[in-house]
Amino acid sequence: MSLIVHSIGPACTVQDQGRPGYLDQGLSRSGAADLLALHEGAALLGQRPSCAALEMAGFGGSFEAVGAVNIALTGAPMQASIDGAQVAWNASHMLTNGQVLTIGAARQGTYGYLHIAGGIDAPLMLGARATHLTANIGRAVTPGDMLPASGGKAAGGYKIASTDRFTGGSLRVIASAQTGLFSAATLERLEHTMFHRGARANRMGMQLDMDGPGFAAEGQLNILSEVITPGDIQMTGSGNPFILLPECQTTGGYPRIATVIPCDLPRAAQAPGGAPLRLQFVTLEEALALQAAFEAELARLPTRPEPLVRDPHDISDLLSYQLVSGVVSATDQGE
Amino acid sequence: MTHADAFPLIRPLGLDGLLVSFADTMSEPANRAALAFRAALLSDLPEGVLETSTSLTSAYLRFDPLVLPHAALQSWLGQLLATQDWYAAPLPAGRRLWRVPTVYGTDLAPQLEEAAALAGLSPQDAVERLSASRVRVLTIGFAPGQPYLGSLGPEFNIPRQQELTPMVPAGALILAISQFVLFSGPAPTGWRHVGQTAFRCFRPERKHSFALAAGDEMIFEAVSPEAFAAIDDRDAGSNGGARVEAIRA
Repeated sequence: MSLIVHSIGPACTVQDQGRPGYLDQGLSRSGAADLLALHEGAALLGQRPSCAALEMAGFGGSFEAVGAVNIALTGAPMQASIDGAQVAWNASHMLTNGQVLTIGAARQGTYGYLHIAGGIDAPLMLGARATHLTANIGRAVTPGDMLPASGGKAAGGYKIASTDRFTGGSLRVIASAQTGLFSAATLERLEHTMFHRGARANRMGMQLDMDGPGFAAEGQLNILSEVITPGDIQMTGSGNPFILLPECQTTGGYPRIATVIPCDLPRAAQAPGGAPLRLQFVTLEEALALQAAFEAELARLPTRPEPLVRDPHDISDLLSYQLVSGVVSATDQGE
Repeated sequence: MTHADAFPLIRPLGLDGLLVSFADTMSEPANRAALAFRAALLSDLPEGVLETSTSLTSAYLRFDPLVLPHAALQSWLGQLLATQDWYAAPLPAGRRLWRVPTVYGTDLAPQLEEAAALAGLSPQDAVERLSASRVRVLTIGFAPGQPYLGSLGPEFNIPRQQELTPMVPAGALILAISQFVLFSGPAPTGWRHVGQTAFRCFRPERKHSFALAAGDEMIFEAVSPEAFAAIDDRDAGSNGGARVEAIRA
């Protein structure tokens, strides 16, 4: 059971929840830019959210099934079809041997995810399967690659309601170690500025553009290089905020004005080019409550999938379908 | 308020991190404090701490704030800070000394002469001083496994070059402001390429992927281009012909 890659977009990588524990060696965690999408796919296939999936930046590809393969599609909604027939996003589907899954451009958002039942069995490196391009761990997926499954047994045919996070919006931020380097007036202006996601964006970080002057720390042009965490908003020389994402460096010398809280990072990473974004300060207590609610919802996700009901008009060969078959559970904890 | 009064300083870094800073400018005592404090953390980590690291002058803890509240960790860190003068603390046990064969100058490291001139030294004098310098891994960062090493003498506090060097190879020994950086992979740099080693800081395909730890010490011993060419790393235990020994406390 696997998928053969026939064609693929330029920035598609295998990702899981990343590789914690190596910050002291200068290696950032990496992992899916939209962790919620990783959990949604796992819920659809009834498997652990630690399973690796294919992250597709902006554009997918075409994938041929070798044997029967159950897949799920989550994250940025993309055009998707199986042997030319359109299929639903935020849903799981079964591919039979030889069928071709075609995934086109993102209709909204940036990162779409293709999950395979059992998870993609990419090599474990330092305890994770996540590609880290800047660290030379793994590489972008290319035509001719095989995406082997780890042998899951889920059935296709489920859908899951997805949180809208694909058009930008408001990102909650908290003060961080270097926020005090910026004046109160600068921080207030930050909160009242309408930003747009800039063209410079990848898994390391994303630039925010705005009308009006840039944002600068007071006095200290030469600050000592200090620890970075994903979500940090650093101010580069141009004064444009830059939100750091899973493949960011572990330390850096640009001053950081605030940090996007973890539960809002999927919304940040998914904002497509030009999407409007605002930054809104919350207190540490508010942020912790928001994060706790987000983690509780992640824990409930396995109960969320519902059967994908097809409109009989779309089914040309209704009579050939076996309409009642074995009962399957979408929450079965497959490997 | 002077900075001296403010340190050590515990600050949140993101929703799940605390940073214990010993200074906001690089100094030997502040780096020593960060390394010693992190070693003390590692010997007695509270439940809920997920990982730790150091920068040049800070120790960092990532933790699960839903398991271990900020206030509880902050108070625990405050108590640990009060137990001793961390700026005068002994460096952690278990550190190693690496002697790494290095070609200075030649076409392998073409900016040695330029750097020597900026330091007011003859190339021979510069090589003598650099190859005799025993430097400490102050921190690891920017690229996986890549050490910042110091401190070199004040004569090597030379400015950044105007232009970016488009690419130096892995193992390049780069001279920055009184520090060496030993590049872990090919990268552009604004600093000067004074030496070349065959040492690999990060080999993801190996069982022990990372060669160094913060606090280790290194000497970059001058060798001839011929001796350098003869370095044989086919043995899995070998790394750029380097010799390593434990540093006794």
